[in-house]
Amino acid sequence: MNHAIWAEGLVKRFGETTALDGVDLGVRTGTVLGLLGPNGAGKTTAVRVLSTLLKPDAGHARVGGYDVVNDAHQVRQLIGLTGQYAAVDEMLTGTENLLLIGRLLGHPKRQAKQRARELLADFGLADAADRAAKTYSGGMRRRLDLAASLVGRPPMLYLDEPTTGLDPRARSELWNLIRSLVAGGVTVLLTTQYLDEADELCDEIVVIDHGRVIASGTPGELKSKTGAQTLAVRPEDEVHLPVVTSVVAELAKVTPDVEGQLVTAAVTDPAVLPAVVRRLDDAGVVVTELALRSSSLNEVFLSLTGHPAEEDEETERTMA
Amino acid sequence: MTAVTAVPELNPRVSPIEGVRQSLTLAWRTVVQVRHNPWELGDFSIQPIMFVLLFTFVFGGAIAGDTSAYLTFMLPGMIVMNMLFVTLYVGQGLNTDLTKGVFDRLRSLPIARWAPLAGRIAADQVKQAWSILLVLAVGMVLGFRFGTNLASVLGAIALLLVFALAFSWVSVLVGVLAKDPERVQIFGFTALFPITFVSNVFVPAETMPGWLQAFVNVNPVSILADACRGLMLTGAEATPIIQTLVWAAAIAAVFAPLSVWAFKRRV
Repeated sequence: MNHAIWAEGLVKRFGETTALDGVDLGVRTGTVLGLLGPNGAGKTTAVRVLSTLLKPDAGHARVGGYDVVNDAHQVRQLIGLTGQYAAVDEMLTGTENLLLIGRLLGHPKRQAKQRARELLADFGLADAADRAAKTYSGGMRRRLDLAASLVGRPPMLYLDEPTTGLDPRARSELWNLIRSLVAGGVTVLLTTQYLDEADELCDEIVVIDHGRVIASGTPGELKSKTGAQTLAVRPEDEVHLPVVTSVVAELAKVTPDVEGQLVTAAVTDPAVLPAVVRRLDDAGVVVTELALRSSSLNEVFLSLTGHPAEEDEETERTMA
Repeated sequence: MTAVTAVPELNPRVSPIEGVRQSLTLAWRTVVQVRHNPWELGDFSIQPIMFVLLFTFVFGGAIAGDTSAYLTFMLPGMIVMNMLFVTLYVGQGLNTDLTKGVFDRLRSLPIARWAPLAGRIAADQVKQAWSILLVLAVGMVLGFRFGTNLASVLGAIALLLVFALAFSWVSVLVGVLAKDPERVQIFGFTALFPITFVSNVFVPAETMPGWLQAFVNVNPVSILADACRGLMLTGAEATPIIQTLVWAAAIAAVFAPLSVWAFKRRV
């Protein structure tokens, strides 16, 4: 398979902080790669290197066959970038924002206007086309930002935490837009802090922490490695705690965590839940809580790294 | 890892002509911002109008013995002062782009690396011309009259724009170093108020103590104000015009490289 985006041994330091500590990754043409990690893991730095905004201290990366350092201008002709912050000019209208990008890309005025109209319609912003972007809601701004990165129909698209801070509805709208772009053949590198987002959109996931790749694979592979779901059981009576713990351990095939009276374990097979119910019922154990829920990023991290995802500040964003 | 996708040959660099066109597109953007929000210019324009009124009618009689004589003396300097404040737009706009991520978007586009900055500065020149005309218009309504010819007045405006262009680099540096746009403004006011007031804009330098006169006489605000008084009222004088151009060249020579250095460090 061909790789549209390919990086090897990327290192980037900011003073004392090592934001990228030898990152390798490859995005196959026409697929979505998710870069999953907590704040400060180095996701944004990786995107900034791959989009020519930052020069790596070591390693190299190619986009569409062009080197991000030596052939930066060619790389910029291939990529669209949607950053963490909706990078639209708030004083301009939706149309003007897109017109600006089109004109900068050298499109003739009529073509730029046509493309702006098209994108605003596709992104559900036709009604707001002539309003200043500062009057837009968060979701609308993100959509305009995404539209702005698509003016030149780039074959590769970087989405840096595209849904952070959006409400669930705006989030699923954006997901649908991303899916339709991928269906149109665009290669996407997406960063996210959310496991469900990576699961929904990505063909492959690279998990990074402290600037290092700690796991990679398809969502299915990662789930089977880490346990996609967490089983939680709380017996009514404390005396039943050992029974519950041993039943969960036996069926989930892992050592459960016990916190107070709550027993939790990562599980990969949803059939564990009914099996646990039957066994506890047979043993006459009454439970006050019994649930199977999606693992959070924290739990994935815990099982991959043995430490929880730390809420570091994104050091790479802090500036003088 | 396997081979990467083959792609068609892409343009390896931007031609200077494209760069100029991109700068003009980015300047258009700033001018459109003003069209949407004409009062934005009012922020800076109302202040000089207020100063013109205040100094003319409140202090004018006491300082010059006559409000209309004072207006004539003070207005060219007031235009200089206003011009310096308007240069703050460059830094503020730049800082807004940097903090909001607009700059990252622009830098990820296949455009000339210098176009965003050049576009900002070009747009600022349009704002400068507009605000110079505005203060002149207010002055004329109040009774200010030119004592020279049209060529000299246009020369004064050109000199103001040249100095503004040079001083914009100071604003660029502040815009790059400041954490947020508010700080650009705070810096601007704290630095520009003493520089503009400790000059001969409002009162002649001879009325001040000797040690202060020493500063006032080398202050480029005073020199430029003198040059403008000459060009607008009494006839062009070579000395202040040349000194102004030397100051402009010196400011640009120091602050342009500093700004570019700070800029490369930040992005």
